[in-house]
Amino acid sequence: MTTRTVPASLDRPPVVIVRRRVPPGLLAASAVAAGLVFLPLAWTLLQAFEVTLKDAVALLFRPLVGELLFNTLTLIGATTCAAAVIGTAAAWFVERTRLPGRRVFAVLAAVPLAIPAFITSYAWVSISAGLQDFAGALLVVTSAYYPLVYLPVAAALRGMDPALEETARALGESGWGCFRRVVLPQLKPALLGGMLLVALNTLSEFGAFGLLRFRTFTTEIYAEYRTGFNGPEASLLALVLVLLCLACLVAEVMVRGRARYGRLARGTRRPAAFLDLGWARVPVLAGFGLLILVTLGIPLGTILYWLTQHGSAAISPVAVTAAQLFNSTLSSLLLGLAGAAVTLALALPLGFLATRYEGRLITVLERTAYLAQGMPGIVVALALVSLTVQALRPLYQSAALLVIAYAILFLPLALVSVRAALVQAQRGLEESARALGLGWMAVVRRVLLPMAGPGLGAAAAMVFVSIVTELTATLLLAPIGTRTLAVQVWADTSTVAFAAAAPYAALMAAISLLSTWILARRFGGGAGVFAS
Amino acid sequence: MLSRGSWYRPRRFDRVAALAALALIVGAGGLIAPAARAAEPVTLTLYSGQHMQTVDRLIAAFARESGIKVRVHEGEGPEIANQIAQEGAYSPADVVFVENSPELVLLDEKKLLAPVAPAVLKRIPARFSAQDGHWLGVLARENVLAFNPALIGESALPASLTDLARPQWKGKIAIAPSDADFLPLVRAVEVSAGKPAALAWLKGLKANAQVFDDDEGVVAAVERGSVAAGIINNYYWARLRTETGAAKMRSRIYHFSHGDIGGLINVSGVAVLKSSKHPAAAQRFLAFLVSRPAQEMLARGEIDFEYPLLPGVPANPLLKPFDQLQPPAITMAELGDDQASATLLREAGLL
Repeated sequence: MTTRTVPASLDRPPVVIVRRRVPPGLLAASAVAAGLVFLPLAWTLLQAFEVTLKDAVALLFRPLVGELLFNTLTLIGATTCAAAVIGTAAAWFVERTRLPGRRVFAVLAAVPLAIPAFITSYAWVSISAGLQDFAGALLVVTSAYYPLVYLPVAAALRGMDPALEETARALGESGWGCFRRVVLPQLKPALLGGMLLVALNTLSEFGAFGLLRFRTFTTEIYAEYRTGFNGPEASLLALVLVLLCLACLVAEVMVRGRARYGRLARGTRRPAAFLDLGWARVPVLAGFGLLILVTLGIPLGTILYWLTQHGSAAISPVAVTAAQLFNSTLSSLLLGLAGAAVTLALALPLGFLATRYEGRLITVLERTAYLAQGMPGIVVALALVSLTVQALRPLYQSAALLVIAYAILFLPLALVSVRAALVQAQRGLEESARALGLGWMAVVRRVLLPMAGPGLGAAAAMVFVSIVTELTATLLLAPIGTRTLAVQVWADTSTVAFAAAAPYAALMAAISLLSTWILARRFGGGAGVFAS
Repeated sequence: MLSRGSWYRPRRFDRVAALAALALIVGAGGLIAPAARAAEPVTLTLYSGQHMQTVDRLIAAFARESGIKVRVHEGEGPEIANQIAQEGAYSPADVVFVENSPELVLLDEKKLLAPVAPAVLKRIPARFSAQDGHWLGVLARENVLAFNPALIGESALPASLTDLARPQWKGKIAIAPSDADFLPLVRAVEVSAGKPAALAWLKGLKANAQVFDDDEGVVAAVERGSVAAGIINNYYWARLRTETGAAKMRSRIYHFSHGDIGGLINVSGVAVLKSSKHPAAAQRFLAFLVSRPAQEMLARGEIDFEYPLLPGVPANPLLKPFDQLQPPAITMAELGDDQASATLLREAGLL
């Protein structure tokens, strides 16, 4: 990119007037990261195009695809609405009322995000085989993902100027009318964004539906994989799923974009007044109790129950040895660490490029990386299996391939935090340090890392937790003989050996909850770091 | 006197000597290393479509007996067969062990299987193994109908599997068309009644049935009473019974008789890959699978519930005795390789 001056505008600090030349090494490293994300998408497309048009039409317009669309869309409709109502109500009571114990509820309402949906699913399925199909899927997905609405809405409520509401009340609007006509419109970006995230997660969820025997695109792609390895049928279904996900992603970006305009005039704000609930405290508290019981108490309690049942042959005929448990834990942890390191290594140049330089190419690279959000694990894994078995033999069935898959899947997650951390570490300070005579390495060590370090650590930790709880890609890509905690829970639960699955499920939940807790304590923001 | 030229000679010699020594070391290393490797215990790679827990027990016992370790790649039978077909000569697999014969037939058609040692092949009745001796039957299962007596009486159950496509069964039957156990059934109907009849049967089933991903889903649905009856292989019910406890069990199983298609027997089989790098150890694993201790362990254990195929080993008492079953007269060769069944299922809209 040539050096040229761009006109200074009002919202841009004068430091960035000159468009600097991008170091080719940095650009290349960023291109590798973006290219890796693009690879499975391109391969899926390529595979799908190998099908003749006639076959493609026959495969895409068969009744099954219609059923899957119906199942998926009705579930998404129901889940997003349920999550919106529960998430908004919880956020409002926590942020705007003097509900006793609201600080505790504020944390507990975010915790379900740290428990993988398929663990919740395992718990419910093991309680009663009756909780399957649509009702079970709705229950599990809503309780796993409603925090995706709760967190942004709570943040929006905190940031809202109470003056507008007070004016509305002074002008004679009732409490409910005020909420509906003043608060809700202001919440719209946060609420819609959260709902779209719920929809996106519901589209990509595999493990929970697999265990609940609810058929969606992800489970059907897996079924096709099981009946034909990597045939064109699976690729075509994957393509439909990716299109649905990308539609959600685009909608989410649009909603987020609009949210910025909504927050133009701010000024100084007072915190909003807290509402006294009076007698209504009792039903609201009961509601919170029920919510916590359903989303946390029952899943975690069930795991503990099965843990105590371990060894009783009448309930579970499958033995769990300490060696198996140790090996699985070690596999999960090592893959998590390797994956976090590689993901961070890929996110760093991209984040640095995006925060320090400008240009159309850079925007394209960054957006490409975010595309990974719209690619479910099953799609990425299927593409990588098929790509390596056909064209990249040395990587086929290797641990390296699984780590690459993790890096692709969680690059957006890491990029968000890396970007935020690098923005905080202002470039001006680096330049001053250079001007005062520090070398490049010393700048990194003494200026950049102390400022951006915690944020980078948070990014690595989040990726680590996500990998430890990842099921789908691991199921398809784990090297021969490697069984992570997630894969063990899956194997034992699909063969109704609930007690045998319990130790693995307990360990995984413990690692996830502990890491999240440390993350929240160390970096603040509560479990909100997971909302990205 | 040393001339300028003579200075170089010893140095050149040194270099040559050094190179020769290096070549010797490398060559010796090359000779020794494989020998050392051969002395190391062999690790076999098993591609398995069998249940993980069953395989875990088997390989632990095999390692105790032979000192040979087995690493396992798990998957559904058809997935594994297609995977090996794609891997071709590069497949890391030494042994393939699946729950249904068609997957082995497919691999045999693609000329990827090595012959089973004749002495081992002889231990199992010939009708349960490949005619060309390229794969070996290990265990067998019976196809049955699970039913919930609270929703349907035993007298109302059909004499034939093909009756389930009739309109009176609408909403009362559960199937798992993407389970590897369902494909041989489709083929069996095709063999006995012809392709158009098989397609019509599937379309009838499609209109009547609740569809699940696997047999575990079907038997769970029957047990909880969401559907009156479901087509499964017998051991899914037996396993649910062990997990739930016999007293709490609400569903029962019904055996098709008089040679009806519904009573089809599926064979779990094993084969050595032609591309195996450890053929001797692989053959030893096959011999172990059909040895008396292994077959007795499988028959007794409360995790597998398949019939052992080694003559003289009694099956789990929970199962109906093998000699009392009345399966249809369909050979493994007639069951073929599943490819046609998958196409028929897609045509009927079930896949």
